[in-house]
Amino acid sequence: MDAFFASVEMARHPELRHRPVIVGGLGPRGVVSAANYAARAFGVHSALPMAIARRRCPRGAYLQPDGAEYRRVSKAVMRIFRDVTPLVEPLSVDEAFLDVTGARRLFGEPVAIARSIRERVAAEHGITCTVGVAQTKFIAKLASTKAKPDGLLVIEPDGVLDFLHPLPVSDLWGVGERTAASLARLGLHTVGDVAALPVARLKAAVGQAAALHLHELASGRDARAVTPHREEKSIGAEVTFDVDVSDPAVLRKALLELSDKVAGRARRAGYAGRTVAVKIRFGDFRTISRSRTVHEPVDVARDLFTMAHALVTENAEGHPLRLVGVRLEGLVESDRLARQPALGEPEHGWRQAETTVDGLRERFGSKAVRPASLLDPAPGDL
Amino acid sequence: MKFRVERDALTTAVTWTAKSLPTRPSVPVLAGALLKVEDGALTISGFDYEISSQVTVGVEADAPGTALVSGRLLAEIVKALPAKPVEFAAVDGHAEITCGSARFTLPTMPVEDYPALPAMPGVVGTIPADVFATAVSQVAVAAGRDDTLPTMTGVQVEMTGTSFALLATDRYRMAVRELDWSPVDDDVNLTVLIPAKALSDTAKSFGAGGGDVTIAMPTEGGGTGLVGFSVQNRHTTSRVLDGQLPKLRSLLPTAYNAKLRVTAAELVEVSRRVALVAERDTRIQLRIDADGLVVEAGGTEDAKASEAMDCVYDGEPMTVAFNSQYLLDGLSAINAQTAVLSFTDPMKPVVLTGAAPGDDDEVIEIEGYKYLLQPLRFDN
Repeated sequence: MDAFFASVEMARHPELRHRPVIVGGLGPRGVVSAANYAARAFGVHSALPMAIARRRCPRGAYLQPDGAEYRRVSKAVMRIFRDVTPLVEPLSVDEAFLDVTGARRLFGEPVAIARSIRERVAAEHGITCTVGVAQTKFIAKLASTKAKPDGLLVIEPDGVLDFLHPLPVSDLWGVGERTAASLARLGLHTVGDVAALPVARLKAAVGQAAALHLHELASGRDARAVTPHREEKSIGAEVTFDVDVSDPAVLRKALLELSDKVAGRARRAGYAGRTVAVKIRFGDFRTISRSRTVHEPVDVARDLFTMAHALVTENAEGHPLRLVGVRLEGLVESDRLARQPALGEPEHGWRQAETTVDGLRERFGSKAVRPASLLDPAPGDL
Repeated sequence: MKFRVERDALTTAVTWTAKSLPTRPSVPVLAGALLKVEDGALTISGFDYEISSQVTVGVEADAPGTALVSGRLLAEIVKALPAKPVEFAAVDGHAEITCGSARFTLPTMPVEDYPALPAMPGVVGTIPADVFATAVSQVAVAAGRDDTLPTMTGVQVEMTGTSFALLATDRYRMAVRELDWSPVDDDVNLTVLIPAKALSDTAKSFGAGGGDVTIAMPTEGGGTGLVGFSVQNRHTTSRVLDGQLPKLRSLLPTAYNAKLRVTAAELVEVSRRVALVAERDTRIQLRIDADGLVVEAGGTEDAKASEAMDCVYDGEPMTVAFNSQYLLDGLSAINAQTAVLSFTDPMKPVVLTGAAPGDDDEVIEIEGYKYLLQPLRFDN
């Protein structure tokens, strides 16, 4: 999808069609989540602090993200993909790999499949997408990046190296700033430079594993298959405060809300976590993570909150915080889990209460039932 | 300060003290063993602000005085000495140990920096050391190890008249041992929560020597947060924990719907074997009916194991699942040839007790020890 969040907003607000659209946190510390191409012309891009975005593009339309709507469109688009092939590997909310090897007899050549997907997405959702077609995941992804927005790029097997070798090394998957710098020191600037270098010399620069990996990629080889089911490694959520928080009551509320969100997501995905981790960013940007591994895997907000709150209060020591995050790690599938209840624990406890709430939220919206302390005071209330 | 002593007496005393010394002391002096010679006796003390230990041995004292040396180093040295009299002398800044032709020089630490050991509180009663050691080991197994729930890491000792009860729980299981003791005052009514690790170590080290353990604690005014134990020449004190264990005794059923009797060692062996496939969630399942018992473990699509074994069962057929480690802990804690599992319902806590063969094929349940275990529950 191209500028996905912004495109969804433009699709449902046609009046925004020809304006720069920027979606992101609108608070004083918000960052841009997505900007349409009109906004990008002003130098606005994702991860840019909102304050800078507003300075660069004062006439843009600034919108708070609507996660529920984006998820709905994302699901519908993924369904279009699955009409073509069951081998769909979602990469994020707006990106997926499709293995169409087996779909060719039914739907024609990959190019034809790509065109029909682009047409359906545009017709059904009013948004554009870009498709890269190639023999490997890595090249397909690169092709789609290069063809954005609203494009289609096919890299034939015999054209892979011509496409790949002039690109900068930073386009290689796994090459960040640091690796790029060590490669530059060897005089390696393009993918072609890396491909031409003997692996042994590459090893000296970036280490054994990375060298083999980069050499394969630079030579256009990528053996990874499209895997429809990706195992979750952790489930987490975090919040950046508009102003640094040291008030225990505000912190408590934030953690309760995060725990509620994370536990709900874990239950929906069918996971419970053995490790509860918190992320704490202090006012001076110093960031620490602390975790505790528990006896019984957790998927109940109440338990998650108790542990997260203890971890945060122990480690924050009352200092003002800029950000807190709550995360469940060491995930285990909860339907395969035999739970060890405490002695005398009622058969129907908090877990049952929370799963009931899950059901209610599914039907009546995420704010239908919430912990009382998270209710927004109604007008007229104190 | 100077004394002479037989190697064995010194080794026993030093080793015992050194065991309770902290491995990572908060202040360096706490890694030390304090040696004090007075009136022809040597007292060796160790203290880490939580547990103190003190042992007295008779020596040939040449000069009274005190010295503070690294406890661990001293323990290792005396253990390695030849079986000959040992001569120990402390002179400005170092200590000298001579035994036969072996000579050691150790640095000493400043005695004045060493904290004063807590005074032993008043004696409240006595109990045979071996009985006490067994009882503590039976109960401590159920104590929690999670330091975020400090109360659960304790063993609760309840002294009411001539009855003495030990209780521990980590919320998932509970062990209770009731026995008799000899209180100083027959109207005594005291409850104290002692860190399980400290209590086990003490009881174990006292159990081997025989004799009676003297229990000491403040009887009035909430106490000073201290409990003491002594056997002959050895004394220890331990800090006590705040609070009380949750009142879980009421969960012990008074009547049962089903009883399973098996050879404890056999069920231990079978469970261990079967649990090999249980992986991380360590769940094992007992399928019981009149024909026998089948122990099973394993996931839906992964490795599986099952083994049948003989049992005597009186009740409706049922399947019950446990954390295998908790079951194994209970089976060894009952300390008996035959294990009896008493059920009310497969979802409700099960009571594990021991039984011993009596006259003519009768099996008699052993009173006094109960291990209450909560079975696993399956959602969905």
